[in-house]
Amino acid sequence: MIYRRRDTPLHAARASAGLAYCAAPALVALLCDNPIVLGAALLCVVGAGTAAGVGRELRRAGRIAVPLALMIAAINPLVTREGMTVIARLGEVPGLGQLDVTLEATVYGLLLGLRALVLIEAFALYSAAVDPDDVLRLFRRVSYRSALTATLATRMVPVLARDARRLADAQRCRPARPAPRLALVRAVAGGALDRAVDVAATLEVRGYGAARRPPRTRRPWSRHDLGFVAAAAAMMALALAGTLAGAGGVQAYPVLDVEAGPAQFALAAALVAAALAPFADRRGVTR
Amino acid sequence: MNVLTVERLTYRYPDVTEPALRDVNLSVGEGELVVVCGLSASGKSTLLRAASGLVPHFHGGEISGRVVTDGLDTREHGPGEIAARCGALFQDPETQVVMGTVRAELAFPLENRGEPAAAVARGVEEAALALGIAHLLDRPTHELSGGELQRVALGAALAGRPALVALDEPTSQLDPVAGDELVWLLRRLNEEWGTSILLAEHRLERCLPAADRVVALDRGTVACDARPREFLEWAAAHSRALQTPGAQLFGRAGLRPPPASVKEARATLRDHGLLPRTGEDASPRDAAPSGDARPVKRGLFRRGAREPRAVELDRAWFEWPEGRAALRGLTLAVSPGERVALMGRNGAGKSTLLRLAAGLAQPTRGRVRAAGRVALLLQAPGDYLVREHVREELPAAFLEAAGLSHVADRHPGDLSGGERQRLALAIVLAGDPAAAVCLDEPTRGMDRGHKGALAAHLRELAATGAAVLVATHDAELAAAFADRVVLLGDGEVVADGAPADILGGGWYFATETARILGGAGGVLEPAPGADLLRRRMTVEVAP
Repeated sequence: MIYRRRDTPLHAARASAGLAYCAAPALVALLCDNPIVLGAALLCVVGAGTAAGVGRELRRAGRIAVPLALMIAAINPLVTREGMTVIARLGEVPGLGQLDVTLEATVYGLLLGLRALVLIEAFALYSAAVDPDDVLRLFRRVSYRSALTATLATRMVPVLARDARRLADAQRCRPARPAPRLALVRAVAGGALDRAVDVAATLEVRGYGAARRPPRTRRPWSRHDLGFVAAAAAMMALALAGTLAGAGGVQAYPVLDVEAGPAQFALAAALVAAALAPFADRRGVTR
Repeated sequence: MNVLTVERLTYRYPDVTEPALRDVNLSVGEGELVVVCGLSASGKSTLLRAASGLVPHFHGGEISGRVVTDGLDTREHGPGEIAARCGALFQDPETQVVMGTVRAELAFPLENRGEPAAAVARGVEEAALALGIAHLLDRPTHELSGGELQRVALGAALAGRPALVALDEPTSQLDPVAGDELVWLLRRLNEEWGTSILLAEHRLERCLPAADRVVALDRGTVACDARPREFLEWAAAHSRALQTPGAQLFGRAGLRPPPASVKEARATLRDHGLLPRTGEDASPRDAAPSGDARPVKRGLFRRGAREPRAVELDRAWFEWPEGRAALRGLTLAVSPGERVALMGRNGAGKSTLLRLAAGLAQPTRGRVRAAGRVALLLQAPGDYLVREHVREELPAAFLEAAGLSHVADRHPGDLSGGERQRLALAIVLAGDPAAAVCLDEPTRGMDRGHKGALAAHLRELAATGAAVLVATHDAELAAAFADRVVLLGDGEVVADGAPADILGGGWYFATETARILGGAGGVLEPAPGADLLRRRMTVEVAP
């Protein structure tokens, strides 16, 4: 997942605004487990990603997130012994005892999978639409070295992926017996260490070792900054209000009770509207 | 005043018995451009790392003597403090860029110094304008080419205007165009900003014209410290592997003084009446004897359709998933025993062509055929070496044939660059005989002595009947081993012919000998060039 500057309102917003905006749907997913609200949170992320021109990056993340979500959905009914409505009796399983699959555990597994999907896609949106260099600047006054280390570690991922591809190509060129898997893992790890040492040497000669705390700088807030902060605040407030009002929750056990009334739909609609509103203003997005 | 003073420096890396530097004394004056040369593992990189404070603070080890960089003693000041006085640039552009955009990269060293935002912005603008990268400022660094990345890294090293810049083979990963541009930039910085430059480089013909002094290292000691012309005199007597092709040409022809540049060489030849004066004769291209250096696509039908083919690409296209075409309907046939140099700038399609030939990738359109197995040595030989000992990589008989029996018990990572490459080549050649052997940029970071050995090895391989295809930027290597040169541009063959035709009349894709002699006689290498000059001398005095 690599950040690339695009001419969209989200890319034009400052890092703190973008960070808050991407965190908001994740918070909604963590606070609420109602399927309508979770679906709305997913819609917020996908809609924002599409409007920010990073739909392809979100689809790529989806290739990992969807199987993971399905796996969670499949595992939950097998390991959860709660719920009153048995929908399948799998009999005696060695080590697990009598295995009964309940409707409640199955539905809640689906909700947990959906929640994981929202979290992963929200992170993908952040990675693709928020400038990591600006994030580094944001945290440098708090903990500069930790922020830089985190940024560099993230950036090493595509570099190491390229190294691994190169190594795999070289192994395909060997006519004799292929190298054992352990040797390959060792070579990739060794290569990663070499890379890390080279990057560390570069950091040293750029003065990182003697880095000083930067002076405070003031940058005026743009309409996009304000728009995305307001959207993030609105989403978080709606999620909180929905949770307190009981509109965002689900009673999974012992008997499934999923509310799908006007309150849930209103909450979902408000969340999506809040998420997409900042994209309506496209003035001043080019740089 | 000196910006760098090295006094009696001896340094040994941790866990190594032999010192990398022994009793080195050196100084670099204000505004000087000093080239550091030497064979592989002679201590060039270590010397530069000592100047920037990485030795000993980053690498550890044992050190004696003293290094003072722009007034800061490196025993007392670490690389972070020295960074403000000495910018540093290493070989691999990919590991020298740590931020996401060019602007952030240039700002990074200034921000580390705690400069206020206005000073950072000004420093970024000045570095970008000085290096001609202002148009790249908002580009993500991962999208840049190797040449662009190296410029950006140089910009980061220069932001804040250090008194000294130490560069460790900065052109080794670049094509000739990008390499020449980088050296030209260094020269401009040196002349216009007065920045002192300490430059380690293997391809001396590229940087000697700009150098004030040349320091030659031999097994960690300073063997020569002299002006370029005096250095070339020394190299002729003591280290022929360090001679430039131009100096070799003059030495073999019995001409003096050895030239530090093509311009100097041509002026000397003109003074001796061995080169037509400007305007007296036709252009260098016209001087080529065969007169058929035409940029034609001869490809498939070059030598008759019935001739056996070792490898054949028939209207092959290769398009990346995002739609960019790396090869555009390329047609090329290579016969058994043929030695082909594939040349062209970065991104021309050389590596893709080799990958298709070896079956590592499939053409998106068109066909690729091979008469048998195609062995491919990719750019990084280290990628083939994944075991703990050399003996585990190959059976003893193969090691013996590759002349590597003496290193059988060593870790592959401890081999020299040349040994590592020989081992990797032996690995891809092990097993069934290959119909074709392909090498991708085999001379990166390689000194002239190793290049000569590689060229001889490639000729031996071709003599066994294998077709040899080498993708290279190195015109001297191409002249030394190839009997055919194919020049690629934007995924197509733009010229295909004998080395004398292709490398004799070009500007970038030409050997130094050819540039000095203007392509006359189709001569590419110093030995035949000297013969040509001697014949001319004989003709001159005969009447």
